[in-house]
Amino acid sequence: MSEAGGARSHTDVLIVGAGEAGLGVATELRDLAFGGHVTVIGDEPYLPYQRPPLSKGFLEGKEDEDNLALRAPAFLDEHDIEVLQGRRVVSVDLADKGGTATLDDATTVQFEKLAFATGARARELPVPGASLVGVYTLRTIEDAKQVRTALVDTARLVVVGGGFIGLEVAAASRRRGLEVTVLEATPRLLGRVCAPPLSDYLMKRHAAAGIDIRLDTSVVELVGNVDGQVTHVRLADGATIPADVVIVGVGALPNVELAEKAGLECGRGIVVDQAGRTSIDGVVAVGDCAEQPHPNLPGQRLTIESVNNALEQSKLAAHVLTGVETPRRGVAWFWSDQADLKIQIAGISDGYDAYVVRAESTRLTVLYFQNNRLIAADVVNNPRDFLAVKRALGEGRSIDPERADDLSFSVKELLQGQA
Amino acid sequence: MPTIIFHSPDGTTHKVEARVGASAMETAIKLGVPGIVAECGGALACATCHVFVDPQWIEATGVAEDFEDEMLDDAETPRQERSRLSCQLRMTEELDGLELTIAPEQ
Ligand SMILES: Cc1cc2nc3c(=O)[nH]c(=O)nc-3n(C[C@H](O)[C@H](O)[C@H](O)COP(=O)(O)OP(=O)(O)OC[C@H]3O[C@@H](n4cnc5c(N)ncnc54)[C@H](O)[C@@H]3O)c2cc1C
Ligand code: FES
Repeated sequence: MSEAGGARSHTDVLIVGAGEAGLGVATELRDLAFGGHVTVIGDEPYLPYQRPPLSKGFLEGKEDEDNLALRAPAFLDEHDIEVLQGRRVVSVDLADKGGTATLDDATTVQFEKLAFATGARARELPVPGASLVGVYTLRTIEDAKQVRTALVDTARLVVVGGGFIGLEVAAASRRRGLEVTVLEATPRLLGRVCAPPLSDYLMKRHAAAGIDIRLDTSVVELVGNVDGQVTHVRLADGATIPADVVIVGVGALPNVELAEKAGLECGRGIVVDQAGRTSIDGVVAVGDCAEQPHPNLPGQRLTIESVNNALEQSKLAAHVLTGVETPRRGVAWFWSDQADLKIQIAGISDGYDAYVVRAESTRLTVLYFQNNRLIAADVVNNPRDFLAVKRALGEGRSIDPERADDLSFSVKELLQGQA
Repeated sequence: MPTIIFHSPDGTTHKVEARVGASAMETAIKLGVPGIVAECGGALACATCHVFVDPQWIEATGVAEDFEDEMLDDAETPRQERSRLSCQLRMTEELDGLELTIAPEQ
């Protein structure tokens, strides 16, 4: 491991971006007994850390920076993984074989193989006032520290964007007694990442907890006082909502610019195949920055922002880099904690043509089907159903959609064909 | 610093120092103790940090409850009485010497 400063001037595998995906490639290379030099360069002043707690336990003060770190320095040393912190790769020149990366301190690193693991950045709100004091996005430890401090003495929080991060912050803040408003521009929560049954359910539960959720509501301006501190949010219909703190959670933008300049094919993300291969031989892309083939909709591609995706892609890409046959990919999954709602999602529901809702008091399971085959489940407060579906998807088992709503059988029983 | 003794599925034993406030899972993962996957990083969402608590320690750690208990029902390795998800074991000085056997399948 090495601190900010000099990297090796020549490495076998260069990994740009020291997040979950970048570190994942490095550790998987070692698991595959790759013996060459591995260098990971990241522009944040931290060793690789987990982001999920930033909008959950870390924000609530239940976890600290130490809890977030993914691996100890001793682990990186032992596995001979060189991690450069606080250094940005500013350009990449690809040659016939390998290439050269230039860093922000003008040093260069030559490499044989390259992995882009540049992640994504929080999208800013494209309205006047977005840079007022008291307005935050949430992506990094630095962001989370600021938000955590800002929320201490706050009475009124406005969250712009009804996505996972926004809802997590909203739910945690509401539980602490804040007055919370969520403004969502589209007709439902989580529209970009979830099917309507989960959106509708969460809408009801959060509203019941006292969060003021307004759908179809666009923000046109953030209004501040003479000190530049945000005081109000102005809506498209002219109405204003008072706010002490505004959290903007309107999605993430994959960091593709570096790859694009290096000549890689990019769409919303860096275009990759199932195993992370880019349009150029010897170069892979993994995690939030990669745009992959859609599992249910042939011809379409998607970016997936989840820890599971970062880990699965980095595992496959490390196989590609070492020329080892790639294993089968694990089942896609995701989680989100929103106050007393534990949300777990197995599979990818996008592309479903039918769904079945199973609801019991505070639990919900929605099973999604495509051509009568189970492809995904959204589960709230029911870990047994989640794990049963996740395992079944991995083993290619399904449920008869006709019987899927029979609550006298558990999902596990239905999946085992015992029903 | 409290120590934890991990028995890994590959037959190796690892005696490691844990930070007070860190979970047993976190301690193992950060140092690369083999056997624990911990895909969710401690969010109680994946059930891939399954361990069996040594009999003499079960009183100190307590048994699994609520969501943890439900998750263990469907863990890859069939659960036992002293099964815990190691991300839910927060280290204290009192747990110095804690002995955990990592479940073979995660
Ligand atoms: C607040 C929050 C909550 C989340 N909650 C969940 C959750 O509950 N469950 C879940 O599954 N997922 C969650 N996610 C998503 C998950 O954290 C991401 O999918 C995951 O971190 C992606 O990892 P990555 O390595 O691809 O990207 P990143 O973690 O973004 O890492 C990329 C790194 O590369 C750096 N970088 C970029 N360009 C350069 C360059 N040119 N030179 C050097 N470094 C560069 C970036 O600064 C960054 O540090 C959450 C994300 C956030 C922000
Ligand atoms: S690490 Fe995921 S449940 Fe323990």
